[in-house]
Amino acid sequence: MPIANHHSAVPVTVDADKCIADKGCTVCIDVCPLDVLWIDESTGKAHMKYDECWYCMPCEADCPTDAVTVNIPYLLR
Amino acid sequence: MNFDDVAIIDTDVLVIGGGTAGPMAAVTVKERYPDLDVTLLEKANVKRSGAISMGMDGLNNAIVPGHATPEQYVREITIANDGIVHQPALMAYAQRSYPMIEKLDSWGVHFQKDETGDYDMKKVHHLGTYVLPMPEGHNVKKILYRRLRRHRVKVENRYQATRLLKDTAGNVSGMIGINTRTAEPIIIRAKAVVMATGAAGRIGLPHSGYLFGTYENPANSGDGHAMAYHAGADLANLECYQVNPLLKDYNGPACAYVTGPLGGFTSNAFGERFIECDYWSGQMMLEFFKELESGKGPVFLKLDHLAEETIQEIETVLHTNERPSRGRFHDGRQVNYRKRMVEMHISEIGFCSGHSASGVWVDETGATTVPGLYAAGDMASVPHNYMLGAFVYGQICGESAADFAQQRSEFELDKTLIEKELIRLRAPLERADGIPPEQMEYKVRRLVNDYLQPPKVSRRMEIGLERILSVRADLPLLKAGDAHELMRAMEVHSIVDCAEMAARASLYRTESRWGLYHYRVDFPETDEQQWFCHSRLYKDESGAMASGTRPIAPYIVSLGEDKDAYNQLRVKQAANA
Ligand SMILES: Cc1cc2nc3c(=O)[nH]c(=O)nc-3n(C[C@H](O)[C@H](O)[C@H](O)COP(=O)(O)OP(=O)(O)OC[C@H]3O[C@@H](n4cnc5c(N)ncnc54)[C@H](O)[C@@H]3O)c2cc1C
Ligand code: SF4
Ligand code: SF4
Repeated sequence: MPIANHHSAVPVTVDADKCIADKGCTVCIDVCPLDVLWIDESTGKAHMKYDECWYCMPCEADCPTDAVTVNIPYLLR
Repeated sequence: MNFDDVAIIDTDVLVIGGGTAGPMAAVTVKERYPDLDVTLLEKANVKRSGAISMGMDGLNNAIVPGHATPEQYVREITIANDGIVHQPALMAYAQRSYPMIEKLDSWGVHFQKDETGDYDMKKVHHLGTYVLPMPEGHNVKKILYRRLRRHRVKVENRYQATRLLKDTAGNVSGMIGINTRTAEPIIIRAKAVVMATGAAGRIGLPHSGYLFGTYENPANSGDGHAMAYHAGADLANLECYQVNPLLKDYNGPACAYVTGPLGGFTSNAFGERFIECDYWSGQMMLEFFKELESGKGPVFLKLDHLAEETIQEIETVLHTNERPSRGRFHDGRQVNYRKRMVEMHISEIGFCSGHSASGVWVDETGATTVPGLYAAGDMASVPHNYMLGAFVYGQICGESAADFAQQRSEFELDKTLIEKELIRLRAPLERADGIPPEQMEYKVRRLVNDYLQPPKVSRRMEIGLERILSVRADLPLLKAGDAHELMRAMEVHSIVDCAEMAARASLYRTESRWGLYHYRVDFPETDEQQWFCHSRLYKDESGAMASGTRPIAPYIVSLGEDKDAYNQLRVKQAANA
């Protein structure tokens, strides 16, 4: 069966100006229990790659530069 | 890749799942025998994994001298579970509960204390006083992590265990799994294994339709239940589902444990109290469900009558600790506790002994029915264990597994199991196209909601089982585009296993028990003659899913005159009517 691309708006945003992933930080990526935060290859910054979030907030709480914001997923808002 | 291409890691005691019970088990082994080698394997990262990733609002079931005795606790939980408990296991928890609180306290976990320095216990249960708030409970994971470091437990983060291994004599001897970022297989050979993979929280679908909006941490997808089943372990009373009273569309507890002692309560649409007691039990959930579906529904958390300072206190706890995104959820809908009641609803179903009573069968030593395998926390069968029970049984399993490992002689791994599993693990990556895990997961979980959610109807569940089996037949079609999707694909295997278990276990027990959890419309009565027993679910010699019964061990605490207390939870006449 062929597979289509499927878009969804993700709940977690990263402020690229504040994110210091390019200096080696991976804190939010390390702590996420669902492993949905990854480095965006094109920008070198952290971003939400998979829309599979428990809105639990370790990513936001542990980010050293306050770059992460966890929003409630759209379906629940 | 073949068996010979994968390096085998050796350890004495392997702990699978680094949430709550797992780290305690690992540390306990080291405290007991510092020379034993201990490996803790975690699907996420032990720093922030599991149910308590952000902290916890309180201990729901603490037995503190001067407030309650172990006997009182065992009696209350037996009554709340309609008699179907293994009392020796409850007693082991009850007796160790207080020493565990003191241990955690000495490690730096903050519990609420009164002016005199005593633990500030609250009454939430129907009969006794067992709730200990921890409004500063954010640091539990940090404290556990420090202990893991101090005892030099080897931690393997981002590995998903997928199958247990056995030796040629049938003893559990380790596990096989995958790295969730590289899809590399991992094989660990161990002399004893403790499983602490949490609840099976992704069987049902939240009403919002968001796959990851479950009550349980969605990393807890029932892998442990599936692995134990395939290794030949018994599971018990799976028909006693977990169904929780939550906020509508938000997966945190409402939470009457925090608000109850401060004057909040669960109400109907008219602001009337309709249940005597907010402690989570099947009987309470049945009254909740009836009210929800009645002309007086839906159900609400009522706080709008409280004083400003009380509401501020509630907001501080509920919006910062265990589920800190809750305040944002309310803000998005302009919900203010001062102005209006907050709509509630019931959760999807799950298997979770932390809140309910079902799981992998263990006795009072934490032993499953397979030698070498121990289980603790939400996945094991000790009822109403909650967080403190996860710690206590983590400790018990750590001790038992350490002793088992100490006296175990040399053994040979059963290679056929490994070869078979390597093929299963590889398949979704090798397919050119197929069904993405998300789609198959949605389908099976939607079927669970449609056919298995209580009230349970026999014919409906039979159709549900048939439909779930048709998804099982599709499992070979799973297609993963990357390592992350491979993890999700292997989770779908576990979810399908758990869905089938939920259907079969529910069909097997032909009576109603545990209030809403096993409310069978066509068998509405509780049948003490035939069904005063545990139900078993296991894999028989032919590899089929089989059911059976296990007698209830003789009670060590009699129930006395309160034995029907949990069957009288409805308020006789609405309190403020
Ligand atoms: C929202 C919420 C609120 C709660 N509130 C309270 C409360 O106020 N008071 C209270 O006493 N209790 C509360 N509980 C219950 C309590 O938190 C749990 O009973 C307890 O933490 C369970 O511990 P556990 O070790 O069994 O599971 P967890 O702590 O969830 O750990 C399971 C771990 O296993 C890992 N894992 C899963 N599958 C695999 C695999 N295949 N391979 C490797 N690792 C795997 C997971 O990533 C996770 O880290 C609450 C639970 C929830 C979900
Ligand atoms: S923790 Fe913050 S700074 Fe670090 S990678 Fe994540 S967003 Fe960037
Ligand atoms: S809120 Fe939780 S699940 Fe979502 S990205 Fe952050 S850490 Fe991961």
